Amino acid sequence: MKKRNNSILLSTPYILWMLVFTLIPLGVVGYYALTDVDTGRFTWENVQNLVLYLPAFWRSILYSLVSSLICLVIGYPVAYFIAHRKPVTQKFLYMLVMLPMCMSFLLRTLAWVGLLQDTGIINNFLDGIGLSRLPLIRTPAAVILGMVYNYLPYMILPLYSTIVKIDGRLIEAAEDLGCTPVQTFTKVVLPLSMPGILSGMTMVFVPAVSTFYISQKLGSTDVVLIGDIIERFFKQGNNANMGAALSLLLMILVFVCTGIINRFGGTDEEGAVIV
Amino acid sequence: MKHLNRIFTILIFIFLYIPMAVLVVASFNVGKDITDFEGFTLMQYVEVFRDRSLLTLLGNSLIISILASAIATVFGTVAAVGISGLSPRLRKPVMALTNIPMTNPDIVTGVSLSLLFVFIGSQMLGQRNALTFWTLLIAHITFNLPYVILNVMPKLHQMDRSLTEAAMDLGCTPLQSFFKVTLPEIMPGVISGAIMAFTMSLDDFVISYFVTGLDFITLPVEIYNYTKKQIQPKIYAMFTMLFLLIFVLMVVMNLLQLKNDKKQAKRGGAA
Repeated sequence: MKKRNNSILLSTPYILWMLVFTLIPLGVVGYYALTDVDTGRFTWENVQNLVLYLPAFWRSILYSLVSSLICLVIGYPVAYFIAHRKPVTQKFLYMLVMLPMCMSFLLRTLAWVGLLQDTGIINNFLDGIGLSRLPLIRTPAAVILGMVYNYLPYMILPLYSTIVKIDGRLIEAAEDLGCTPVQTFTKVVLPLSMPGILSGMTMVFVPAVSTFYISQKLGSTDVVLIGDIIERFFKQGNNANMGAALSLLLMILVFVCTGIINRFGGTDEEGAVIV
Repeated sequence: MKHLNRIFTILIFIFLYIPMAVLVVASFNVGKDITDFEGFTLMQYVEVFRDRSLLTLLGNSLIISILASAIATVFGTVAAVGISGLSPRLRKPVMALTNIPMTNPDIVTGVSLSLLFVFIGSQMLGQRNALTFWTLLIAHITFNLPYVILNVMPKLHQMDRSLTEAAMDLGCTPLQSFFKVTLPEIMPGVISGAIMAFTMSLDDFVISYFVTGLDFITLPVEIYNYTKKQIQPKIYAMFTMLFLLIFVLMVVMNLLQLKNDKKQAKRGGAA
């Protein structure tokens, strides 16, 4: 009995901290979303105006879903390759995947601008060998490339952690029992990689759907993502109330989407793979 | 098939490192344009140490990330010990609370904290500048805490409960049993939590961007301001030096761990 009291005593400051700095702020967002920017009175106007931004929401979801799928398709072979090296090589390659995550993503995205722009490194090269310049930057493809590039490590790392734990004897057993390599992969390896796939999909999707720098730098001015709009309302538009309404909808959408992604696998062991 | 995968993996690594290579090359460039290499110079590196503004910003980033991760590590470890002793009925909502900053997009976390600070600061306390060093620190502690908790909790679950009971039976006070038995047992989790929190803090741009005031700006936020105007090439020099530093740190940590693993394997073999 005394022990339980100690536990409550030790965890109470933390619970209070998290209530004040995560749950209550979400309430404040709701308060701003439902009040008028000038008068501060209650209004439904911000919520009603959300309809205007639905195209940007759909675009953000579409771009980030495509990016997560591309990350999965190109990240899986890489994770599989790393997981089947010697332990020393595994550690080194793991480090090489993690290293870009520690460097400023702003500058790395800026480097892509230098590579892709009309007078950029790739186009100068194409021009130099006598080919015509290509319109690379300010396209949807450039935005998706930026997302894939920035968030690919978030896919490879959880995939690697899951694949490396798969018991090699299961694969041998499948082969002994007459599975072809393709069957072994689809019936044994892939289902066992599912936790990593789901965690990787979530970890790419959430930052991609809410990004506001990649599309500013690599996208055209009419391809605006929802993160850009929220940032503008807060930093330039001086309409925090509309920004709050948009943030609230973004949060709900992300919640629903990650819920759907995780429903595919039916696991509730989130975080286990991330850490 | 095997060779195909090797070639593919190499291509992906090239893809991951090409933009970094572009930035490293740009740091030696005489000209300001990233796409046009006009000649080799080390001037940008001299400039980083002569001008000092970038070093001050890096210093700010280090102050915030060291303070935030240290506070979050102590606070989070104590909380994890408490949470693990709670009944499952109480533990579930607490873990759901812990997961909020992990599952919410950074922009929502940043926006919600900034609105909270502005709401309290300007509407309740009547201050003109609601966003300060302290709001930035609170925000960083808040998003660091879950990393510490999620790293320490599994170690607490793995731990043999009877160890602490034995320590208390043998006359340890609860505090003594924590420092002499529990803490050494969960130390790997505490350390990995602290490292994760520190790197998240050091590199954070999105949340800091929304909660930072004018009096205290970190390096990533100022880099964003730079990239909106004409970027100064000395930033590329700074990037290159940080890249080298982190690379060396990671290799050293890997080697140390390898040595440790070998030592443990040897000990295990002898026993």
